[in-house]
Amino acid sequence: MKCLVTGGNVRVLGKAAHSLSRIGDELYLEPLEDGLSLRTVNASRSAFACFLFAPLFFQHYQASRPPQGQPPRCKVLMKSFLSVFRSLAALEKTVERCCIALSTENSRLVIQLHCKHGVTKTHNLSFQECESLQAVFDPALCPHLLRAPARVLVEAVSPFSPALSEVTLGVSRGRRVVFRSYLEEDTDAARAMMTEMSLSEEEFQQLQAQEGASITFCLKEFRGLLSFAESANLLLNIHFDVPGRPAIFSIEDSLLDGHFVLATLSQSDLCSQEPCRPGQGTHSTTHLDDFANDDIDSYMIAMETTVSEGAAVTPRTPSPVSEEEAEPNVVPGTPPLKKFRSLFFGSVLAPTESPSEPNPVLAEDSEGEG
Amino acid sequence: MRFRAKIVDLGCLNHFTRVSNTISKLAKTCTLRLSPDKLYFILSDKVANGGVSMWCELGQGNFFDEFQMEGVAADHNEIYLELTPENLSRALKTAQNAKTVKIKLTNKHCPCLTVAVELPSLSSSSRIVTHDIPVGVIPRKLWTDFREPTVPDFDIIEANLKGEMNLKIETDLVCITTHFKDLGNPPWASEDASQDRDSENMAEARIDIKKLLQFLAGQQVNPTKALCNIVHNRIVHFILLHEDVSLQYFIPALS
Repeated sequence: MKCLVTGGNVRVLGKAAHSLSRIGDELYLEPLEDGLSLRTVNASRSAFACFLFAPLFFQHYQASRPPQGQPPRCKVLMKSFLSVFRSLAALEKTVERCCIALSTENSRLVIQLHCKHGVTKTHNLSFQECESLQAVFDPALCPHLLRAPARVLVEAVSPFSPALSEVTLGVSRGRRVVFRSYLEEDTDAARAMMTEMSLSEEEFQQLQAQEGASITFCLKEFRGLLSFAESANLLLNIHFDVPGRPAIFSIEDSLLDGHFVLATLSQSDLCSQEPCRPGQGTHSTTHLDDFANDDIDSYMIAMETTVSEGAAVTPRTPSPVSEEEAEPNVVPGTPPLKKFRSLFFGSVLAPTESPSEPNPVLAEDSEGEG
Repeated sequence: MRFRAKIVDLGCLNHFTRVSNTISKLAKTCTLRLSPDKLYFILSDKVANGGVSMWCELGQGNFFDEFQMEGVAADHNEIYLELTPENLSRALKTAQNAKTVKIKLTNKHCPCLTVAVELPSLSSSSRIVTHDIPVGVIPRKLWTDFREPTVPDFDIIEANLKGEMNLKIETDLVCITTHFKDLGNPPWASEDASQDRDSENMAEARIDIKKLLQFLAGQQVNPTKALCNIVHNRIVHFILLHEDVSLQYFIPALS
């Protein structure tokens, strides 16, 4: 694999690296015919993020070196990759070209920054070959959609402290879009301040959701994509379903697209917490009695290592128990998101034909419940 | 018990925000006392505070366009709330370009001071940010804990009646003294029982410099007048006066 990024796109690539670093510790690189895919997942498997840079994003893009055929998939330490692009200001000011090449002979991912004044910085990152990292999700299957310029969403979350982990997003009476701070169970509710931001429907390009629809997800992870979207001045889409099913945050333009898939708190997690607020008719986004689905585990998807032809469209039968499936919730030392018990991962070998969408169609592992 | 207030003027809002920021730097929790004419931020001199105490008084008319309150009873028309001032500051921080800010006492899952900020938006309908700040209602029987401190019968120490003040620090290695001259002595100083005192005698108090620093560093409102009273080896009392706010801060002397 070999590609060359020039001009302002170097900074865009760097910004994507910063975004992805908010999610996971390892960066998976997959050179596809469609473009270069950068992916990551968090330790508890409750957040997945990927960017796909189309061939036109690059001055020069070569997915694989013939006659090798199948390009290697590799992963590198996020920290190492990020360190190349650490200072976005410096990238913008001094870097003219960035060349990324996978050297299988040395097992090194070589990133060369050609800077002004004849300076060249070469970074050799060791990589590991790995399976493709694939999350199974399909925005088209989500009944609710919210679309707005990134700037509106940045302003919408600005009242919340950077320390706030989770936020609830919903549609309240009068079709207002409401973001509300979510207080975890063990927070001292007596002391904690609750903040809510309410915006009119008119501020959104599209709002396809009924009143009462809401989800609770990790704000910190969302901010990762939000900051990228803002810097690229893009519209951001939020596709969501019932509580417990992952929400898909996406951006795209002609040269790239990005998807952040975040688990959401399920109905039972929510009910045990935030009590209904008496006399507060206007902002009732957490009244989730309408939602019958409180099946916490209904959204677990196995980590698979094989895929058959038809798997992309038919629901999968419960797969052989793999390590991750058996103990999805118990990941010692995970970040506070251990409450997000929804896993939505399917790890599949990339099919030899590139999918027209970056990820295959959703197929869930229902485990016979519900 | 009811309380509703509204600020519409941006200048008043900024001023109130600065007072709130100052208070939040001086106390982790304090008492907010509401009366029909005034607001008070009070920190009483408990051991937990390291002995310091604070009394800040604001005339509500100078800040609020609307201000309505009903106290606990007709003859005790006041409300005492325990509050974390940092929460108030954080709430006001989101109100920098606000059209209006409303503050009211509400009862959600617990008594709260709700700050509702109306922000401009590109659409015809404003954005609204709501903050629910949990507060504790202080029962009437404890109200006497929060009396305005009486100005103690002071001696002016390490400051004297001739308008000189010295600030001194001593460590094992070094002793530094800063001399201030030509300071004013408030008129009551010379009238008081201190008639018999030699105007040159210095009264002194040794205080924790961190507390002094916390007090001085936290100031965001420039006072028109600043007074410092010292009771020899007992307490140092600062009064900062501004046309609509007064702030008193007491730092006990170290034994």
